Amino acid sequence: MKRVYVNEEWCLGCHLCEYNCAFANSGARYMTALKGKKIFPRIHVEGDDKITFAVSCRHCEDPICVKSCIAGAISKQDGVVRIDRTKCVGCLTCVLVCPYGALAPGEDGVMQKCELCLNNTCGAPACVTGCPNKAIVYEERSEAE
Amino acid sequence: MKNYVIIGNGAAAIGCIEGIRSVDSEGAITVVSKEPHHVYSRPLISYYLEGKTDLERMNYRAPDFYVKAGCGVLRGDSAVKIDSAAKTVTTEKGKTLPYDALCVAAGSSPFVPPFEGLDTVENKFGFMTLDDALALEKALTPETRVLIVGAGLIGLKCAEGIRDRVKSITVCDLADRVLSSILDADCASVIQRHLEENGISFLLSDSAARFDKNVAYMKSGAEVGFDVLVLAVGVRANSALVRDAGGEVNRGVIIDTRMKTSLPDVYAAGDCAEGYDASLGANRVLAILPNAYMQGHTAGVNMAGGDAVFDNAIPMNSIGFFGLHIMSAGSYDGDMTEIKDGGTLKRFFVKEGLLNGFMLIGGTERAGIYTSLIRERVPLDTIDFESAEKIASNSIFSSEIRRKKFGGVV
Repeated sequence: MKRVYVNEEWCLGCHLCEYNCAFANSGARYMTALKGKKIFPRIHVEGDDKITFAVSCRHCEDPICVKSCIAGAISKQDGVVRIDRTKCVGCLTCVLVCPYGALAPGEDGVMQKCELCLNNTCGAPACVTGCPNKAIVYEERSEAE
Repeated sequence: MKNYVIIGNGAAAIGCIEGIRSVDSEGAITVVSKEPHHVYSRPLISYYLEGKTDLERMNYRAPDFYVKAGCGVLRGDSAVKIDSAAKTVTTEKGKTLPYDALCVAAGSSPFVPPFEGLDTVENKFGFMTLDDALALEKALTPETRVLIVGAGLIGLKCAEGIRDRVKSITVCDLADRVLSSILDADCASVIQRHLEENGISFLLSDSAARFDKNVAYMKSGAEVGFDVLVLAVGVRANSALVRDAGGEVNRGVIIDTRMKTSLPDVYAAGDCAEGYDASLGANRVLAILPNAYMQGHTAGVNMAGGDAVFDNAIPMNSIGFFGLHIMSAGSYDGDMTEIKDGGTLKRFFVKEGLLNGFMLIGGTERAGIYTSLIRERVPLDTIDFESAEKIASNSIFSSEIRRKKFGGVV
């Protein structure tokens, strides 16, 4: 299955992926709708002045968030970890268990996560398409050596 | 074809069904469910009263779950006996269920101390099940004065859930602090203050000496008038079935890291079980939903002939009250360091070079990274733990570790 990977040596730390993600999931027609607003992307750039990298859901083989969700709101469907936001009560148990720090609440306090842009009209991960240095890729990989 | 029987119908039972089905798509599964409901998320009953969810969305799995999983459910029936020699379970309604593998996922029951005069109290409720919540809901009016006995997770979530529907809430507890099972005194006092600011009153280090109809006469001498009494003192593992069948039981049904009990082909999972706590290095009852599911799943895989081990369970709680989130994990044994920043408070417990536990009040972003340090026994000298204490981030790992975590399928 294709997943989102980040080659951190190429990541510029420009945060464009965060904007592309927020825009893709906003339903807005133009990105200017996000100007001056706090955004709640499902991918986050981490790092310091030496190295930066973007982090989003790993879509783990054995996702602990799915097993831990107290509301049964997170499930795995065709390899993709999806969240039913109508069932989430915002307890943050998924935040407490995700070893990658890949989940965060949205503006409404309800959890949201990367669903590979299958939940919006993009069709392919917007973070990948918009990455100016092609640091973020969407491809099949096996376990890291 | 194998016969599987599961006693219970909560998160551990669902984990067990999904575990079995990951290995065996054919075997017959029978679930014995004391409650008549479709499987619901038990911890959501306070959110239901708060109006943050409803009965439909509380379903832990889709309405067609049992059909799709190919399992029969005996609703409103309960197991009364396990015969481990004959390998059968007898139910209250007189059914005898033969099993090749059995999972006891019977949960826990509220513990009610023998308070004098409790029988004179008309409006008293537990707060464990959906039916408890629905019964409590009916008794509440904007004029209701509520007394909750127990300032633990259950009592306080109840308080939060009903605050906007009642006149007043008083919570009493024999312990000297709130949430005494997951917080130390300093963290507990922060939470208590926050709850008080949100209209909850407390009587701590105090207990009811006796009840007389609508008044609690406290040991301190205080008198508390109330219209509704909620009993949330604590819970006890439902381990009697296994004990009576000759299985090893302590505070819960004793299980190994494959969820096997001391009885052949009998497994146990969830609140009724006492399994290995990796942060304690010993067995204990870990009555939390994620643990119940994971124990259940492990049991299911093994019952169906697979090979699953769950040896890194730890206590972990994420809970919010009126907008303030608390997280805790592991055991509070070791050297403590504290990070305070504005409204956030973090306490870390380090033992023999490993993170053994933490408490967070606010500052919960990416806290799963901390939890993984405990569960995966990551030597702290291999990461930048000093930065980690300030903010959880994947920058604390070397690029080599990060490549393994993020460079391929995990």
